[in-house]
Amino acid sequence: MAEVAHQADVTEVGYQAGPLLEVDNLHVEFPTRDGIARAVNGVSYSLEQGKTLAVLGESGSGKSVTAQVIMGILDEPGHVSAGEVRFQGRNLLTMSEKERRPLRGNKIAMIFQDALSSLNPVFTVGWQIAEMFRVHQGLTRREAKQKAIEMMDRVRLPAAKNRYNDYPHQFSGGMRQRIMIAMAIALGPDVLIADEPTTALDVTVQAQIMGLLHDLQRESNMGLILITHDLGVVADVADDIAVMYAGRIVEHAPVHDIYRAPAHPYTKGLIESIPRVDLKGQELHAIKGLPPNLLRMPSGCAFHPRCPYRTDQCMTDTPPLYDVGGTRHSACHHWTEVIDDAR
Amino acid sequence: MTHDEPVLQVRDLVKHFPLTQGVVFKRRIGEIKAVDGVSFDLNRGETLGIVGESGCGKSTLAKLMMALERPTAGQILFEGTDITQLKGKTLKAMRRKVQMVMQDPYTSLNPRMTVGDIVGEPFQIHPEVAPKGSRKQKVRELLDVVGLDPDHINRYPHQFSGGQRQRIGIARGLALRPDVIVCDEPVSALDVSIQAQVINLLEGLQDEFNLSYIFIAHDLSIVRHIADRVAVMYLGKLVEVGSDAEIYESPTHPYTQALLSAVPVPDPEGRESRERITLQGDPPSPANPPSGCSFRTRCWKAQDVCASEVPELEPRAAAPHPSRCHFAEVHDVVHAS
Repeated sequence: MAEVAHQADVTEVGYQAGPLLEVDNLHVEFPTRDGIARAVNGVSYSLEQGKTLAVLGESGSGKSVTAQVIMGILDEPGHVSAGEVRFQGRNLLTMSEKERRPLRGNKIAMIFQDALSSLNPVFTVGWQIAEMFRVHQGLTRREAKQKAIEMMDRVRLPAAKNRYNDYPHQFSGGMRQRIMIAMAIALGPDVLIADEPTTALDVTVQAQIMGLLHDLQRESNMGLILITHDLGVVADVADDIAVMYAGRIVEHAPVHDIYRAPAHPYTKGLIESIPRVDLKGQELHAIKGLPPNLLRMPSGCAFHPRCPYRTDQCMTDTPPLYDVGGTRHSACHHWTEVIDDAR
Repeated sequence: MTHDEPVLQVRDLVKHFPLTQGVVFKRRIGEIKAVDGVSFDLNRGETLGIVGESGCGKSTLAKLMMALERPTAGQILFEGTDITQLKGKTLKAMRRKVQMVMQDPYTSLNPRMTVGDIVGEPFQIHPEVAPKGSRKQKVRELLDVVGLDPDHINRYPHQFSGGQRQRIGIARGLALRPDVIVCDEPVSALDVSIQAQVINLLEGLQDEFNLSYIFIAHDLSIVRHIADRVAVMYLGKLVEVGSDAEIYESPTHPYTQALLSAVPVPDPEGRESRERITLQGDPPSPANPPSGCSFRTRCWKAQDVCASEVPELEPRAAAPHPSRCHFAEVHDVVHAS
C-alpha cells in the first residue's frame, strides 16, 4: 500500500534485495609520522529501513571514522584501503564526487556532536536551513523560507517564525541540536547518521532530543545509525548494536540479547562497569588496562591484554566474527564461556 | 567511616556576578545569581554528591569552597572557622586542607612540567608539609598510591592516557593530605571503561585517608554509587537534599523526578512502558529567575502559590526529607530497587 508517503522519492527503488545501507569489510588507514594507524580494520554492518543501529565504542574505536566514510567526508590523510559502502546496492566509494554530491543530504544525512561549531556563526539559522532547499531543490528564496519554517516547526522549535532570523549563538545547546536535526532531515533522507548527538547536552535535554529523533524516524521510516558511547542511550532506542573495539566490530547483536547475555568479554566488561544499585559500596567492575594504541596493535585479538578469558590462542589468532546463533555475532574465541558466565 | 562531626558547614551561601553594559561607563544592569542561598554540612569521611544541569551553579559552588571566589554573602565554616573571612597566611594554611580534582585532565595539567613537578608543586607552596630532601620520595609514593608507575616520574602529561592523567590530578590533590577534596566532574571526560577504574580509586583513597568528598557530577548513576548524601541543585538553589536512597527511590521534588526519569536506563527490558517525564524548554536564565519557585516555569504541578511564594527547603507531610516544593510528594520514578 502507498501509506509510506515519500515526497522526494520519485524514482521509488521498490522491493530491492538487500538492506538500505551496507558497510562491507571496510578498512581505513591514516599514515602518520610513526607509521600507519589502522583506524578501521574490516568493519561490516548493514542498516534496514526504519531501524536503528547503534554503533557503540570508546574514543579511537573507529566508530566515527566509519561514519565519515559513509558520508564521504573523511579527512586527509585518512583513506579507505579496502572495502565497500553500498547504498541501495550501489557502491558509494567508486563514485565520483559529482555523483556522490546529490546523495549527501538527499539520501544520507548526518548530525554531529557539537552543534555550535557545525553551524555557521555569521548566517541566520533560518537562512542555513533554507539553503538546503535552495541548493538541492532549486527553490526560490520565498519558497525556501516557507519550507525552512516548516522544518523548524517539525523539530519543535518554539516560535519558529520569529526565530528564523536569529543567529546560532542566540540559541541554547538543545535548540542548536534541533536546528542541526532540521537541516539533516530537511530533504527527507533515507539514512540519518547521528554521531554522539546528545553527548554535549544535559540529561533532560538529551531526553527531549532522543524523543524527537525517535518520532521523526517513525514518521518518515528513516534508517538511523546512532554513534555513541552511552550504554543507557543505546538501551533506550536501538534495535541492533554493533560494539566496536580498536577498529573492529567485536559483537553485533539485537539490543535485548546484548544486555541479557553479552557474548564478548569487552561488551560484558562495559555492561558490568555501569554502577548498579545492588553493588553500592562495592568496587565497580572495571576493565583493566587501557585501549590499545592504533600504531602498536596487540597481536591476535586486540582485546587480549585486557581480557580475563585470554588464552595462548588469543595472542596469535585474530578471532573471526563467530556466529553465536540467531542474528548474533561475537569476535571472541571463547564466546561460549562468556555467554555462559553471563547467564 | 565516622559521620558525626561536620568538617565543612556551608551557611546561606550567595554568589552574584554583576552584569555590566557599556565600555567606558560600565553600568550595572543586573546580576547573575549563580549561587543563591545554599546551606549544607559535610561530615568527615562522607561523600556529598551535587547534581544539576549545566548553568545551575555547581561549579561556582566548588570555587567558593576552594576560596577561589569570594561569596556575596554567607559563610563557609571549615572546622568552625569561616574561610570567607580569612586572608594572607591563615588563608594559605587553610587551602592545604581543601583540594580539588578538575574535570578535564587534558587542560588542567601543565604540558611543560614533568609528572614529578606537577605532583610535587604543592610541596613548594607549602614547604612545611615535606622537607626538601624527602619530596621526591613522597611524589613516588603518591604515584604508587594512585596506581601509576613511580618510575614514570620524569614523563610529561602527553605521554599518558586520559585515565592516567586523571590519576595524576588526583595524586596532586592528595599531596598535602587534605581533609576535603572537591571533585568537579572527575570522570565525565573519560571513556566508559576507564570511569569505573577512577571511581574505584577515589573510593579506595577515601577509606584509606578518611577523606570527605564533594562530588559534583551530572551522571546520576555514578553519583548514586559513590555518594552517601545527594543534593540536587537548580538555578543556584538546592531543591532537594537526602541520602542516596531517599533521593533515588523516593524523590519528592518535581525537578528531581524529571531528572531521574530522563536518565537512560542501561537495560532495554520494558523500555516501551517506562515512565518518562520530559521537561519542556530549557532552564531559565539565572540573570532573571522566575518569581517564587524558580522551577515553576517548567513544572507540571505549578499553581498560583508557586509564583508568589518561594518554597523553603524543608521536610513536609508527604515528603520526609528536605525538599523545596510546595507540593512535594514521594513518587518513585525509576523503580530502581
